Amino acid sequence: MNIHEFQGKALLKKYGVAVPDGREVTSPEDAAAACREFGGVCVVKAQIHAGGRGKAGGVKVCKSPEEAQAFAQELLGKTLVTHQTGPEGRVVKRLLAEAASDIDREFYVGIVLERATSRINMMASSEGGMEIEEVAERSPEKILKVSIDPAVGLQPFQARQLAFGIGIPKASIGKAVKFMMALYKAYEDSDGSIAEINPLVLTKQGDVIALDAKIGFDSNALYRQKEILELRDLNEEDDKEVQASKYDLSYIALDGNIGCMVNGAGLAMATMDIIKHFGGEPANFLDVGGGATTEKVTEAFKIILSDANVKGVLVNIFGGIMKCDVIANGVVEAAKQVKLQHPLVVRLEGTNVEIGKKILETSGLNIESASSMSDAAERIVKAVNG
Amino acid sequence: MSILVDKNTRVVTQGITGSTGQFHTRTCREYGTQMVSGVTPGKGGTDFEGIPIFDTVEQSVAETGANVSVIYVPPPFAADAILEAADAGIALVVCITEGIPVLDMVRVKRYLEGRETRLIGPNCPGIITPGECKIGIMPGYIHKPGRIGVISRSGTLTYEAVHQLTTLGFGQSTCIGIGGDPVIGTGFVDALRLYQDDPDTDAVILIGEIGGSAEETAAQFVKEKMNKPVVAFIAGQTAPPGRRMGHAGAIIAGGKGTAADKMAAFEAAGVRVAATPSEMGSTMAAVLEERK
Repeated sequence: MNIHEFQGKALLKKYGVAVPDGREVTSPEDAAAACREFGGVCVVKAQIHAGGRGKAGGVKVCKSPEEAQAFAQELLGKTLVTHQTGPEGRVVKRLLAEAASDIDREFYVGIVLERATSRINMMASSEGGMEIEEVAERSPEKILKVSIDPAVGLQPFQARQLAFGIGIPKASIGKAVKFMMALYKAYEDSDGSIAEINPLVLTKQGDVIALDAKIGFDSNALYRQKEILELRDLNEEDDKEVQASKYDLSYIALDGNIGCMVNGAGLAMATMDIIKHFGGEPANFLDVGGGATTEKVTEAFKIILSDANVKGVLVNIFGGIMKCDVIANGVVEAAKQVKLQHPLVVRLEGTNVEIGKKILETSGLNIESASSMSDAAERIVKAVNG
Repeated sequence: MSILVDKNTRVVTQGITGSTGQFHTRTCREYGTQMVSGVTPGKGGTDFEGIPIFDTVEQSVAETGANVSVIYVPPPFAADAILEAADAGIALVVCITEGIPVLDMVRVKRYLEGRETRLIGPNCPGIITPGECKIGIMPGYIHKPGRIGVISRSGTLTYEAVHQLTTLGFGQSTCIGIGGDPVIGTGFVDALRLYQDDPDTDAVILIGEIGGSAEETAAQFVKEKMNKPVVAFIAGQTAPPGRRMGHAGAIIAGGKGTAADKMAAFEAAGVRVAATPSEMGSTMAAVLEERK
């Protein structure tokens, strides 16, 4: 789960991470008021869950409350297109107004899981303000890493290694170490999945502060992170994906026209792949989970069909523990309930597969029954592409 | 004819009184697995269909000689269950539970360092040596005893591969679902090493997916350390970057972990990659035919 920059900064501040004074604003008038609070000069930043806002015109240093008001007027309701939003962009509904900083130098600090070692790493770089992937590509030696032992957590000596290593001046080392220690504490306490401070700035006064804050959280840990969960902004999520999550369905919208319903994440990905292999384009990823009940299948159909691009549906269920006749009855019932008009190809495998196929074929609906994954993919691609 | 588990394996179910634990304990026992005990704190002294239940894993080991544990307890308590099993000296812990927080698993892995306990999972279907011992949630009837190893990050895709193998007449030595999470116990390389050393395994199907670099590391291992043939399939060739595809670990992050990279790594290591998920079994058949 992701949160907005202003929420991330508020969270970090609680842990003692230095951030600029600032607050959320949702109207032009409020932006002007905030600007006055911060001394008549402020930075106004669009709050969407995507990076690249600066380049897309979503960030501006405003020299007066009037300028802040005018910029807020322009930004609120505007669709911002960045390299991370996709071509459809994201509508700006909230802004952050904060005190401007006297920047001397920019750095990068991040925290992320390293899967190969099963440890959390803190990374730092002297190349602040650039995409860290770009730095990793061009000059990997400029990214320093320390591996954190979960038994003791991040140690001050490790923070010093990073701070000296990226060239923080001696006079500010203490502040940088305090910053990193507090950042790790915030990450650990709130079950972070990623934390990126880019840029971390050294001000002309020698302070070390977070000019930006991108923080993500482990979805599996939200049950014990009630306060974090309250920061979720449904405006930033796909409607169909939100709807799917209510029914414990894992759904991700794609650009194609063949809807997919599959049990198991790996099989669901492989089903998308095989559709593409036979010349079709998958419209979505959808994992109905282990128990493909009539209710779940019905909801899954509704979500798939709410995508206007969908011209056909492929259902691929490896029965396993569930019997194919039970699943077939569920699919037929669901197809009737949603009054399915599009071609539907169903591939079932598992116990009672023959009974299941019979149920599909005698349902009186426009359902084709397939004998394997490749057969199913070929059939649906042919039905949709003609 | 197997690795890690066989007909002598004695299994304790942690979380035996929950509905999932009950269902799969029963199914595994019907398959022929020795389900010797269960653990649910507070239910010690009772039994589940004749299987004695204990309050702690330590008691269950002392009383019933369990040497493998399978865990179905809910995510908030699963990390603790793994640690309890390790502390009780259980040699192999199979954690089925999906949804354990990543930081819990980071601590679990740290705790297991230097201990004898091997962990499989979490977020996995389990492990099966066909005809001898089934531990987990996979459908037993699709399997057939034989000489092919199967190892996978995905549950249903494993069933798909096993079903294809069995249909083509190839049985399996042992099949392991290693789990779809970013932090897991046994990885591809650990399992490949066991298959390489197992006199009863002739070849291995490896099923990977997007995210991380475990497949690339496995490809390197196959190239340097294995003489048995390996066939691979990678799911997620059409997955968009930056999105978690169902599994917590299935995500292309910062341009890393794509299916294309993994397939290229396998091909460079001389591993045949099945073009579609429908061809995992037939690709293995072709590779074995060429080796004759």
